[in-house]
Amino acid sequence: MKGWMGKIKALSLLGFLALILSGCGKENLTALVPKGYGAEVSMDLIILTTVVMLVVFAVVMAIFIFVLIRFRKKKGQEDFIPKQVEGNHTLETVWTVIPILLLIIIAIPTVLATFDLADETEASDSINIDVTGYQFWWHFDYQGEDFQTSQDIYIPVGEKVYFNMLSSDVIHYFWVPSLSGKLDVNPENENTFYIEAYEEGVYWGKCAEFCGPSHSLMDFKVIVVSKEEYEQWVADMKNVDPDEEPESAVAVEGKELFQENNCMGCHAIGSSPVQTGPNLTNFGNRETLAGVEDLDKDTLVKWLLDPEEIKPGNKMTDNYPALNKEDAEKIAEYLLQLKHTDITSESAEN
Amino acid sequence: MSIAATQKKGVGAFIWEYLTTVDHKKIAHLYLVAGGFFFLLGGLEALIIRIQLISPENDFITAGLYNEMITMHGTTMIFFAAMPILLGLMNAVMPLQIGARDVAFPFINSLGFWLFFFGGVMLNVSWFTGAPDAGWTAYAPLSTTSPGHGVDYYILGLQISGAGTLMGGINFLVTIVNMRAPGMTYMRMPLFTWTTFIASTLILFAFPALTVGLFLLMFDRMFGSAFFDVALGGNSIIWQHLFWIFGHPEVYILILPAFGIFSDIFPTFAKKRLFGYTAMVFATVLIAFLGFMVWAHHMFTVGMGPFANSIFAIATMAIAVPTGIKIFNWLLTLWGGSITINSAMLWSLAFIPSFTIGGMTGIMVAASVADYQYHDTYFVIAHFHYVIVGGVVFGILAALHYWWPKMFGRVLNEFMGKLAFWTFFIGFHLTFFIQHFLGLMGMPRRYWVFLEDQGLDTGNYISTIGAFFMTFGVLVFLYNAIYSWVKGEKAPADPWGGRTLEWAIPSPPPFYNFKQLPLVRGLDPLWIEKTEGNGKMTPAEPLGDIHMPNNSIIPFIMSLGFFIAGFGFIYQTDYNAAYILLFGGMAIALGSMLVRSLKDDHGYHITKEELEREAD
Amino acid sequence: MSHDHSLNPETMPHNPEKATLEGRNKFLGLWFFLGGETVLFASLFGTYLALKNSTAGGVASQDIFGLGLVFLMTMLLLTSSLTSVYAMYHMKNNNFKKMQLWLGVTGLLGLTFLGCEIYEFAHYINDYDFTFRSSAFGSAFYTLVGFHGGHVLFGLCWLTALMIRNAKRGLNLYNAPKFYTFSLYWHFIDVVWVFIFTVVYLMGSVG
Repeated sequence: MKGWMGKIKALSLLGFLALILSGCGKENLTALVPKGYGAEVSMDLIILTTVVMLVVFAVVMAIFIFVLIRFRKKKGQEDFIPKQVEGNHTLETVWTVIPILLLIIIAIPTVLATFDLADETEASDSINIDVTGYQFWWHFDYQGEDFQTSQDIYIPVGEKVYFNMLSSDVIHYFWVPSLSGKLDVNPENENTFYIEAYEEGVYWGKCAEFCGPSHSLMDFKVIVVSKEEYEQWVADMKNVDPDEEPESAVAVEGKELFQENNCMGCHAIGSSPVQTGPNLTNFGNRETLAGVEDLDKDTLVKWLLDPEEIKPGNKMTDNYPALNKEDAEKIAEYLLQLKHTDITSESAEN
Repeated sequence: MSIAATQKKGVGAFIWEYLTTVDHKKIAHLYLVAGGFFFLLGGLEALIIRIQLISPENDFITAGLYNEMITMHGTTMIFFAAMPILLGLMNAVMPLQIGARDVAFPFINSLGFWLFFFGGVMLNVSWFTGAPDAGWTAYAPLSTTSPGHGVDYYILGLQISGAGTLMGGINFLVTIVNMRAPGMTYMRMPLFTWTTFIASTLILFAFPALTVGLFLLMFDRMFGSAFFDVALGGNSIIWQHLFWIFGHPEVYILILPAFGIFSDIFPTFAKKRLFGYTAMVFATVLIAFLGFMVWAHHMFTVGMGPFANSIFAIATMAIAVPTGIKIFNWLLTLWGGSITINSAMLWSLAFIPSFTIGGMTGIMVAASVADYQYHDTYFVIAHFHYVIVGGVVFGILAALHYWWPKMFGRVLNEFMGKLAFWTFFIGFHLTFFIQHFLGLMGMPRRYWVFLEDQGLDTGNYISTIGAFFMTFGVLVFLYNAIYSWVKGEKAPADPWGGRTLEWAIPSPPPFYNFKQLPLVRGLDPLWIEKTEGNGKMTPAEPLGDIHMPNNSIIPFIMSLGFFIAGFGFIYQTDYNAAYILLFGGMAIALGSMLVRSLKDDHGYHITKEELEREAD
Repeated sequence: MSHDHSLNPETMPHNPEKATLEGRNKFLGLWFFLGGETVLFASLFGTYLALKNSTAGGVASQDIFGLGLVFLMTMLLLTSSLTSVYAMYHMKNNNFKKMQLWLGVTGLLGLTFLGCEIYEFAHYINDYDFTFRSSAFGSAFYTLVGFHGGHVLFGLCWLTALMIRNAKRGLNLYNAPKFYTFSLYWHFIDVVWVFIFTVVYLMGSVG
């Protein structure tokens, strides 16, 4: 039996090792391939603790397996009565002291890293983004820049960008695993932390605090671009003309429908301090639709006709005039051409 | 009343006996059956969760139903499966281990069970009207704003059963302090009794925090108060503090009795006394003490600041020291022994590597900055299932195989026991090991779906396959239990070569447990008598009358009253007629309390003559 | 062993409340219960302290708390604690009538306290429109003080039931622990009130 257990352990370990080698998950999503300062600090600590723990585990398993092999009841010795040992002070001291030492090895870097990541002294000289969590989308307000985005955040590479986070309803967590650990987005007290990305790219962000039916669909993207591209993007975003006439005739009709149906009651295009629904500025350049779907006309029409089917429990369902398919297509056409800048995720990926 | 009156007379009498019983052994049966039933429900919910997650963007169940599933799974497993089954084991074994004839408050013991039972029924009634969907942690404001009555059922169900658990805890504490047999000093108590004692202390000091939290939640949802309403100055973090001030000790309420179980099983099957008994006792006390100091490690990401995070991180890590002492003491108990491996021992042995992994990941999540990545992901799911399943469930199953003969007078089938063990054990690791990686690969917990092409497919698939293995293992165990009831071989008084007092009396024990209270001469009292050639305990008193408590239906009625009042509380927000239920239920409950208070209940005596006759 | 535990000066043990195992169990059980109650009130105090300034722009503690009435209430409850001590003293001397008398005084003082509390709450609600629903502070205040009031009410019911049930049969080893546990409970309620007086009213008046 003890052989079995050992074999199963060995086999499963091998299996998982193979799995790890085959990939640590999807790049720019997984925490196992850190691409930002916070994620790297966490990863260092993860590796340190794992190594220490594996050593402890190896010792425990070695004794365990030895005991099982050596001290099984033997044939012919059924009546053997082992010596009744009360204990051993030396041994007990050893396995009290060694764990304490190992814990000190872990505790010191933990405390240092905790204070390191909580450092906010540079916040006032850096880019600050106010984050508001909603069921089930994200709102981003670039402090001092007078524009807002939803779902997609653009930040420059290699710079500390501070996020000041507050929720408008229930608690959410702001988590971009590849860039940094997570922090709560509470309804009552603002939390601040920073992200410093090492590489350009499109990073997946997720809500990690249970927030309702579409908790698993509350993804967002952090698009890390070069400093110049970021500045260009900010300039473009500040110069959005919300009333700009679309080029195609269908889109013009779509725009009219957008106004007739009072979509602006909730969705701003261009800068607006008030928001009930996601800001749609630069919508055509969004990475995804509703955080998780591909951004294309069919899906958008599907959303406009029945958002509930894509995001259960969202606040748009039944709170807007019912649309027919034709009108929905026109609105979709209008929204998809809302491209207010040339800086897109493709800039990040080049 | 006499001995004859307590014997079975038919189905009706059988049911009536269990409704009114105050015998700790029968209450243990009730706990085990009810807890087992809720365990199956919680398991079914778990299986549905895993089926939903077998493939990306699956639509086996809707998002709303999924959220109800996870909430009910967590709540059921912690409060209505693990806790009551452990309370059942404590009830069955602890009084025997200290050489007592019953617990200190037999009536309250019964009341505790029925409150738990009606609380569990209350929670599960919600399946018919919309179950709670705010997670078992019910974080405000999600829980205060959740529509429908699901969360109301959660609040009332937990409130009612929590009161019962608290009573159980006090009862055990008083029993252990006041009712130990002559010679049974504290430092001669078996470890299971010790851990019962410590876990009861934890219940006593932890549950009131939950009670208050639930009241605040209840007032906010049903009576318009503003504890968690930010617009009126409320603060949702208060709930998290109260919940975890209860919630973290709760982990130790579950795991410490399991530690006690293993500490009793290893010496029995290694034929060797527990290594470092004193250290084991103090490690237990220390774990319990530290358990109250670490609640905020569940809240590293709340934004408490680096000072609080560091302190709670270090306090949490400190728990590893006494836990490590325990692991090594168990290993050294086995060292040099003569080890018999049967089902009970298999579960106990499997606990060591499984729990060690859970403990190690516990240290990993205690490192606050690393926890920023683990927090609320599948890593944490994996961690606490390694602790709760690998520790508590393994412990419960080991205990069931070990004490089954004592509790039911039958022996469980060994082949089925081993089959159940291996399938469950393999399934367990298959399900949960991979989840460590899923979490770090970017899968938060409580996700109804995960997206395609995010590298999460394989891990989730393996995990679900593991869940089927575990299901199979549980079904085999269930069959084994039923089989033993129908056809199992009769158990002798001492099937394992036991060392502690419970093995000194017949299986199952007579309802008065000990005809004469035994004289305890040291740790492992029965073992001492065996090695000195006596083979049985020396009585500490001459044969005499035994005082026994009367059965009572009042606990059942009182709990029923609270149960009815619970519906009144829930529905008074919709209908005024519900006040009839509220006041009616409370009248029944308080009225029963009054009857209990006014009506003297002196119990009865089994006379010496009756006892002598029975011996023939 | 007989069921007749009634006492006379010869059979009277020194501590009648702890003379039987049942008595000792009740005594210890109540102590443990009070341990749990301590955590309950500590949690309520914690909640109150966290929310005492969360008035959401409404009435604040220093606007409404007047110390006069509350001081009177404190005196009432402290005195009732003292009278319950007298009652227990007479119990140990097997003087049932005097015990009942002092328990009665204890009950009346408790009742007066409760009356003052109801008056106080009514005053806040009617004159300041300060209710359970006004603000988080309101919720926390009424919950904490109300929980204490509820405990007093429960204690009074308990006392009444005890006094009436045993009025005719005098003291015995079966009911002595019941009286004794009640008096312990009553002391606990007083101690909690002292904390409420300090934390809620004294600290609240200063603002």
